[in-house]
Amino acid sequence: MKNQRAPTVWSQFKWHIIFFVAVAFVIMVSDLFAQNGVRYIHQERSLYRNIVVTEDSNRRCMRFTITSRIGQNQSCRFLKNAQELVFPYAKMTLSSLLVQDNPERILIVGLGGGTLPDTYSSMFSEAEIIISEIDEAVFRVARDYFGFRETEKIKVDIGDARVYIKRAGLRGEKFDLVILDAFNGEYIPEHLMTVEFLEEVKMLLPDDGMVIANTFSTSRLYAAESNTYQSVFGEFFNIRMSGTGNRVIVASMQPLPDRNTLEDRAPGFKRRLTPFGMDVTRFPQYMSRNINWDTSQRILTDQYSPANLLNN
Amino acid sequence: MPKGLQTILVMILAFIAGFIIMSIELLGGRILAPYFGSSIYVWGSVITVFMLSLSVGYLTGGKLSLHKPNLVTYGTFFGGAAVLLTPLILWANPIMETLFLQIEDPRYGSLVVSMILFFIPTSILGMIAPYSVRLLVQSTHGSGHVAGKLYFISTLGSAVGTLATSFYLVLWFEVNQILITMFVALVAAGCAAILTGKKFQVETG
Repeated sequence: MKNQRAPTVWSQFKWHIIFFVAVAFVIMVSDLFAQNGVRYIHQERSLYRNIVVTEDSNRRCMRFTITSRIGQNQSCRFLKNAQELVFPYAKMTLSSLLVQDNPERILIVGLGGGTLPDTYSSMFSEAEIIISEIDEAVFRVARDYFGFRETEKIKVDIGDARVYIKRAGLRGEKFDLVILDAFNGEYIPEHLMTVEFLEEVKMLLPDDGMVIANTFSTSRLYAAESNTYQSVFGEFFNIRMSGTGNRVIVASMQPLPDRNTLEDRAPGFKRRLTPFGMDVTRFPQYMSRNINWDTSQRILTDQYSPANLLNN
Repeated sequence: MPKGLQTILVMILAFIAGFIIMSIELLGGRILAPYFGSSIYVWGSVITVFMLSLSVGYLTGGKLSLHKPNLVTYGTFFGGAAVLLTPLILWANPIMETLFLQIEDPRYGSLVVSMILFFIPTSILGMIAPYSVRLLVQSTHGSGHVAGKLYFISTLGSAVGTLATSFYLVLWFEVNQILITMFVALVAAGCAAILTGKKFQVETG
């Protein structure tokens, strides 16, 4: 009997296979090239995330990605004028100088591309700036691709900010300004949002100290977060601008100045802040003390902090 | 005692033990975060200690099953685990605070704290699996089948415990509320085993 060869998978589905491989190839190639002229300068997988550095004709950005398409830019700098701030949230942060000026010791949680330390250091060259960054890879990328440098005055501590702040509090250290800008690609890490954490931050503040937190103005978490900050610091400034999903919280150990005082102070800062691409005289209108959230939302504690679940 | 009843009881209790082991492990990372952060090494410490304590628990549980295996002893494992869970509920913060001050390196700080808080209760919970096998095995021939069914049910419990805790329980309750519920569940499970064991001991004895 003649042995008939069984049809192989290849011979049966040859054209299907070729078609799928071709489609996959086209998607991959278009993914690499067709993102509005965005070039990938560097990609790296760190212990905590994927870090991607992209560049278009205008600016260079650091992004923490989930997939190649999904992810948020954590930090961007203009190629022509690196000093000018790209993100509204950075300008909102800087506008807090209207509340409290001349910080001598600054703690920044979350390095990103090093925009905030560089900005504060160029304004206050004598200030000591410490940055707590969990991911050593972010530090390397900031140094290699964003021109960030450690100096006599600017130091980076690699480790978890909660641990750094707890230990600094025990050592009795004080910081005139604490900027909370830690993001993990999705949102702020849960243990950096609780009442207990904010109490630890408060311990670092002298009588005229100030804390600034970069957050999002998203739905359910917005109220929980606001109530948490209010329970620790009392009244705070909420800085929000149209066209950005960011909300910057400014809380002070001193009573907050009123709108007129902010407006009176603004012209004095205008010239100093213009190089960063902002007109600070426009900012008092964005700074509100109104409670525009649901005050019944449960505050976040170490015992109850499902922040990222609430955020969804 | 009817074999069917014992099988169902042991299966349910093995499921509960599996559920609670993974639920505590997940909460462990959350409990340690305020003192040691949520870096990868904190999870490394928690997982190491759980694996270590389960391995010790398996060994001890297997050994104990050699001597007159019965439901009353089985029930005391649950009760014991509940009692040894109380330091975690009552004194986790002072313990962590003390060690945070003693140990600078958060890697070893989190490892030592995990050992103190989780090692003993998890070891006791680990004893349940091999002891369950012994309670249900009737012949060498069927031992693999019984062990397979028990692994299935307790690992399923672990999967459900992981999912329930991370998706929902932390959204609805405080960490300690979840731990107290587990304490109550362990006590209830222990009582069920002991009472059932006693009842049939008396009837048959």
